[in-house]
Amino acid sequence: MSTIQLITRRSFIRGLGLASGGLIIACNFPSSDEKDPVKRPFNGETFEPNLFIQLKDNGDLILIASRSEMGQGVRTSMTSIIADEMDADWNRVTVEQAIGHPKYGNQNTDGSRSVRTLYETMRKMGATARAMLITAAATKWQVEESILKTENHYVVNTTNNKKAFYGDLIKEAAAVTIPENPTLKDPKDFKYIGKGLKSIDGAGFASGKPKYGMDIRLDNMKFAAIVRCPVTFGTVKSFDKTKALAVAGVTDVVEIPRIAKPFGALGGVAVIADNTWAAFKGKEALTVEWDYGSNKEYTSESYDKMILANVLKKGKEVRNDGNVNKAFKNAEHVIESTFQLPHLVHAPMEVPNATAWVQDGKCDVWAPVQAPQTTRKEVADFLETELENVTINVTFLGGGFGRKSKPDFVVEAVAVSKAINAPVQVVWTREDDIQHSYYHAVSAQYMKGALDKEGNVIGWLHRVAYPSIFSTFAPDSGYAAGFEFGQGLINIPYQIDNVRCENGKAPAHLRIGWFRSVINIIQSFSVNIFVDELAAKAQKDPLQFRLDLIGNDRVEESKSGHHFDSAKLKNVLKRVAKNANYGKELPEGHGVGIAMHYSFFSYIASIIEVSMVNGKLKVHNIHSVIDCGTAVNTDTIKSQMQGAAIFGMSLAYYGKITAKDGAVEQSNYHDYQMLRIHQAPEIDVEIITSKDKPTGVGEPGVPPIAPAIINAIYNATGKRYYSLPLMDHGLV
Amino acid sequence: MTTLTINNKEYQIDVDPKMPLLWAIRDLVGLTGTKYGCGTGICGSCNILLDGNPIRSCLTPVSLAEGKEVLTIEGVENENKVLQEVWEDLNVPQCGYCQSGQIISAVALLKKSSSPTDDDIDEAMSGNICRCGTYQRIRSAIHKTAELTNSKTES
Repeated sequence: MSTIQLITRRSFIRGLGLASGGLIIACNFPSSDEKDPVKRPFNGETFEPNLFIQLKDNGDLILIASRSEMGQGVRTSMTSIIADEMDADWNRVTVEQAIGHPKYGNQNTDGSRSVRTLYETMRKMGATARAMLITAAATKWQVEESILKTENHYVVNTTNNKKAFYGDLIKEAAAVTIPENPTLKDPKDFKYIGKGLKSIDGAGFASGKPKYGMDIRLDNMKFAAIVRCPVTFGTVKSFDKTKALAVAGVTDVVEIPRIAKPFGALGGVAVIADNTWAAFKGKEALTVEWDYGSNKEYTSESYDKMILANVLKKGKEVRNDGNVNKAFKNAEHVIESTFQLPHLVHAPMEVPNATAWVQDGKCDVWAPVQAPQTTRKEVADFLETELENVTINVTFLGGGFGRKSKPDFVVEAVAVSKAINAPVQVVWTREDDIQHSYYHAVSAQYMKGALDKEGNVIGWLHRVAYPSIFSTFAPDSGYAAGFEFGQGLINIPYQIDNVRCENGKAPAHLRIGWFRSVINIIQSFSVNIFVDELAAKAQKDPLQFRLDLIGNDRVEESKSGHHFDSAKLKNVLKRVAKNANYGKELPEGHGVGIAMHYSFFSYIASIIEVSMVNGKLKVHNIHSVIDCGTAVNTDTIKSQMQGAAIFGMSLAYYGKITAKDGAVEQSNYHDYQMLRIHQAPEIDVEIITSKDKPTGVGEPGVPPIAPAIINAIYNATGKRYYSLPLMDHGLV
Repeated sequence: MTTLTINNKEYQIDVDPKMPLLWAIRDLVGLTGTKYGCGTGICGSCNILLDGNPIRSCLTPVSLAEGKEVLTIEGVENENKVLQEVWEDLNVPQCGYCQSGQIISAVALLKKSSSPTDDDIDEAMSGNICRCGTYQRIRSAIHKTAELTNSKTES
């Protein structure tokens, strides 16, 4: 990464980069992203980054990926946008991963926001390079730019078909002033965008070559495993390291203090060894006495009853339209339901891990992180040093799903490296990962709906209680806040005159954090099931009932620039009904369920067909339709939707984290199970063709899956379930 | 000193014979394509072939591999290159982390069965977890590899 240079805004590239035998173009777009993302984790929508293009004289084109690759294909989709606008030959492109640095703008790889917030910027970057190469050729040939065009890594003179290879133009291009407003392509001329380009890393993945965090090897590097308190925020009282030190290969045992910050280390006792196995064995041999602290009272069984009670009474109002009480009084039918969902954990295949080397007042880190700048800040704060002294090298991520947005595991590695004065790789065991994460919130919900004589919904009361993600960042008020309500509670896409939403108390006793699609999972679950119940009560078809409930065509303005368009939601519903051949005659014992959700500014509807054989559930097929605006990489979007469906099925079937006396009870994939190939149905995905701005892809596919399964089971059996996982109902 | 034969190459390592092969391969030999996922034999990320049979390297001690042939993901190109090409062509991997183990299981399946059925695939591949959920494409890739391999053999 040392060849990448930072160029100040609106500067010239004259003279730059030639020493390294290539043209380096730094496009510095106006950026306000100098603020600490730890303090403002959700406010990244309008930030504009700086990204970099390196074109070598042999035509090699190195494009920088500023966002982390965790399976969502971002290294391909983002760079292909640049290459398309640049009219570059994709076969000449290699992708380099950016270190964590504010010069790249916001690098937080979360919130399904990479393409949606950087699409225009990427285009402009590619177009800038293309414009400069055209100017370079015009200068070289002494002709007007208007007669020149570009074609797959060449500038072409349209009057005589003379061609100049991009690599041969770098000297002239280096003398051109960066244009302020380069012309963007007409989308009909896109050659990579919208074409389903396959992953630039695919061959590597199929041969074991990419380096994930755990694959980093440094000379004289030690391996470490850490014993952490079973109860969140408990601390070390004392420990006996004799047996751990007796394990062959163990070289040291050191205590790591807790760092009481949102992404600080939990603290514990680290076992240092010559290899991972010795570190793991040493960890097992350690004896530690803990001061468990106040969270030791946390037991799911009693807590879940408490939050359920809190939604059965009036909570804090977070939306109140019309007069709900009056609607219930005037109703022909009133129905009520309660919903309960457990904590979940990400469990990415690659456990949290990080390699750190603190030496000579500097710190180098290699780690699979979703938020490299946040990581850098946390490390600098811990070491009480300047940001400049910390380098965060982002490796491939063996899955993220939100877990690796929180770099507590990196701070641990830095603490250990500092303590032992050597490079070290801290590796979590799978048990550590399941038991010491930032968990998706447990929840209780209550819903009450009113129908008039015609079966129209005239009243809607929705109460939610879940420990808030904000409890990780500030003293816990016991209530949720802000964006959490905007993920499917207060912004339901239905036209109902009388709506009230309330929030009940639910204090946090585990670290609570983002998990793929976040609170949408909770609120989509209840809303989609409850609408199905209302449809049944109204004796209406569940599809038509939903279309009617969405109501008239309207666009609801949003500060984000992505406006909710009810016609788009109805469209995905209609499309998915068509694709699933909704209304077809089903085999005996089969049922279909519908769910839809609007999240991360994308519109998704899913229809799932199930059957019950001897009381056991089988999912036969899933049809999903997504409207995510401009589809940058159609194949990646399909992959993400397919993966999201499996992710949603896993949580529906098995997802359950519980605590007893403050400690998480599950520990590995045997008691926190994942869906496997023999359970995986065919997943059909349609992407709506659109010229609108791109919207989220990585997360929106998840929220409709679990409720669609519940609705399908109801359709097949007449029995309705209100809680997950389905294994607790004996269905899987 | 223990001698391990990995991908037709011999490695001399000084190792506790009880150390699971996974860690010997990753930390001592330095081949990092084989992955740690659970350490308890449930997820399949650490799968390797031992004398042609898929095993969990996280549970198999080094002592059991002496005198036998180990195949890891780094050696698959000499064993079933077509499979890797199809894997890339169908864009199977997402994060890619579990794919070494998936491919090892698929290589073993295709050695045993030149035209595996869906049931064969379920049986051979259900020991491998993919958290990204690439199962549908894994199934397609195995079928397509079988087709390509069989049509090559016929011609």
